[in-house]
Amino acid sequence: MNIVVLVKQVPDSGLARQLDDQLRVDRNGANNVMGELDEYAVEAALQLKEAHGGEVTVLTLGPSQATETVRKTLAMGADKALHIEDDAVGGSDALATSKILAAALGRLEWDLVIAGAESTDSGMGIMPQMLAARTGVPALTGARKIDTDGTAITVEHQRANGYDVLTASLPAIVSVWDTINTPRYPSLKGIMAAKRKPVETLALSDLGVDAAEVGPSGANNEVLSAAERPPRTAGQIVTDEGQGGTALAEFLAAEKFI
Amino acid sequence: MRLDLEQTEFAAAVRAFAQEQIRPVIGDYYERGEFPADLVRELGKLGVFGVTLPEEYGGSGMGLFMLGLALEEIARVDASVAVTVEASVTLGAEGLARYGTEEQRRRWLPRLAAGEGLCAFALTEPGGGTDAGHTDTKARLEDGEWVIDGAKCFITNAGTAMTDLIVATAQTGPGEISCIAVEPGTPGLEIGPEYSKVGWRASDTRPVYFDGCRVPEANLIGQRGRGFVQFLELLDSGRVAIAALATGSAQGCVDEALAHAKEREAFGRPIGENQSIAFMLADMKLRAHTSRLTWQDAALKADAGEPFGADAALAKLHASQAAVDNARDATQIFGGYGFMNETPVARAWRDCKILEIGEGTNEVQRMVIARSMGL
Ligand SMILES: Cc1cc2nc3c(=O)[nH]c(=O)nc-3n(C[C@H](O)[C@@H](O)[C@H](O)COP(=O)(O)OP(=O)(O)OC[C@H]3O[C@@H](n4cnc5c(N)ncnc54)[C@H](O)[C@@H]3O)c2cc1C
Ligand SMILES: Cc1cc2nc3c(=O)[nH]c(=O)nc-3n(C[C@H](O)[C@H](O)[C@H](O)COP(=O)(O)OP(=O)(O)OC[C@H]3O[C@@H](n4cnc5c(N)ncnc54)[C@H](O)[C@@H]3O)c2cc1C
Repeated sequence: MNIVVLVKQVPDSGLARQLDDQLRVDRNGANNVMGELDEYAVEAALQLKEAHGGEVTVLTLGPSQATETVRKTLAMGADKALHIEDDAVGGSDALATSKILAAALGRLEWDLVIAGAESTDSGMGIMPQMLAARTGVPALTGARKIDTDGTAITVEHQRANGYDVLTASLPAIVSVWDTINTPRYPSLKGIMAAKRKPVETLALSDLGVDAAEVGPSGANNEVLSAAERPPRTAGQIVTDEGQGGTALAEFLAAEKFI
Repeated sequence: MRLDLEQTEFAAAVRAFAQEQIRPVIGDYYERGEFPADLVRELGKLGVFGVTLPEEYGGSGMGLFMLGLALEEIARVDASVAVTVEASVTLGAEGLARYGTEEQRRRWLPRLAAGEGLCAFALTEPGGGTDAGHTDTKARLEDGEWVIDGAKCFITNAGTAMTDLIVATAQTGPGEISCIAVEPGTPGLEIGPEYSKVGWRASDTRPVYFDGCRVPEANLIGQRGRGFVQFLELLDSGRVAIAALATGSAQGCVDEALAHAKEREAFGRPIGENQSIAFMLADMKLRAHTSRLTWQDAALKADAGEPFGADAALAKLHASQAAVDNARDATQIFGGYGFMNETPVARAWRDCKILEIGEGTNEVQRMVIARSMGL
């Protein structure tokens, strides 16, 4: 079974993160790491490969420093990588990103695509669905467990208080949460072997994607302003003296929740 | 010193494992005086035990420098786990790799390289450790078997559930010392209870007794009568490894104390804003840094095949003192919290003193250095 894992390099979510003066994620000043949920996607792919054979290819869209993340996936055990790098990509919105990734997927042979449920920088969680729409295969999102016999796939789609069981035939796209496994650490042998694994780097023109359709010019939305989350303020405490229910309802109505 | 890409990546992987897997749980093992076998096996999967061992037996065939990077990162979080690796690899498995027969290497090295099994090296005896050429344990050949009698003490990794073998030094004739491998479970081998130790409490240290213990003649490691020479050769690498471990401890103290000095407030401001605390931290950083330079310098010489015995002694002497000094200062910066076992620097304080004793006391290191100066 051939698996493609989508991996994105992101600023470490454990540290303070910034937007630059164009209101884009500041990737230059940041400590960049593999998207935290992507590690689980890589591990899921490696486990399926260990059980069913086949190859794991990593696909990433990102600036040149994303090679560090690519190397980590290869050190963990992925077989090869495709890295899309092009200065025209900067500023792309989700739709444009999915256009580029879909074009890249078109060049690869796969039965299954695995992604993290969301990237830990922008956190939109929409890429698997967009790619499913573009490639015409089913999306099974938010998995906490994957089972496959090589022709069909079943996942447990995680919910707040339980899970749904979803089944589809392959090829398919799956996204995973951090409940699915414990990602392995790269080993010394893996790190040494990564040196010899093929990494192909392509630009937009290699994929037949028009640069004007992506980046800021191709974006369907524009970020006009962004502000820090305001600090938490002290809440209002309602002491129930018979009027508690009414007070709660009034509060929710005033905040337009009901 | 600048690290290359692979060195940077391996150090980062070990650091991540130490921070994410060891740090949260090691304090409890330490308190209970329990050996963290599962953690050690998981660490083995990163290839830490096989760094220097030959590739044909499951190792990575790399140098002491790469091993030192790993030991430093582990010890930065916990010295017990680091010494478990150090003891199994530098004196035990390395001895098999260098002096063992093909058959011995095939039999023992793959599990040791993978960190699935551990090796102990038993030299010290109740009658003395520093005078390593003096051995009361005796082994005689009888019907194609070594019959061993004697006692060893303070042996690291002797009694874990993962221990695959104990390599012991024994007198095999007048003035003749040899190394012999003994597997746990061999009749006549008795492994004593874990000592109550001041530090390194999550590592396994026990006395070992041989009472008419019989092993095949083929368990001789290296040449008969060359045991002491073999040991001295291995010990040079072992000292560099201990220096790397000590550097990790010294650096761990900087990490912890710096964070505390920025956060803890007294008289309305962070204590790190007092010059006396800031200067203490500057000195601590200097000690960790110079320790790193000494072990890396010795390791680079070792890996280049140059003589490095005196450099190893310099590194071990300097880094072990740095670890003690930094543990003392870090504890001071933590104030009363530093005296509480739950604080990581309290563990560093308890762990550091053995670094001036094991793998040759610091008196021995000074002897080696002085001798190299023609004294
Ligand atoms: C507050 C806020 C809300 C937003 N809401 C939405 C929303 O609702 N819907 C939506 O679609 N978008 C949304 N966006 C994203 C916005 O549309 C993007 O245009 C955006 O800001 C660009 O993404 P970025 O900040 O990650 O920029 P970039 O850093 O430019 O990243 C965009 C992508 O391009 C890649 N990339 C960057 N440089 C290169 C290169 N040289 N080669 C290859 N790849 C490269 C990155 O890895 C990333 O995948 C939002 C952004 C913000 C700040
Ligand atoms: C936790 C722990 C783990 C250990 N693990 C192992 C292990 O795995 N395998 C193993 O074989 N051993 C191990 N040891 C033993 C350790 O290597 C010895 O304790 C050490 O070598 C010192 O030997 P000793 O304790 O017999 O001290 P002694 O040899 O009695 O020395 C006592 C003091 O006298 C000094 N001294 C001795 N001779 C001289 C001299 N000529 N000139 C000046 N000063 C001198 C010493 O420096 C020291 O300060 C371990 C010890 C500990 C505490």
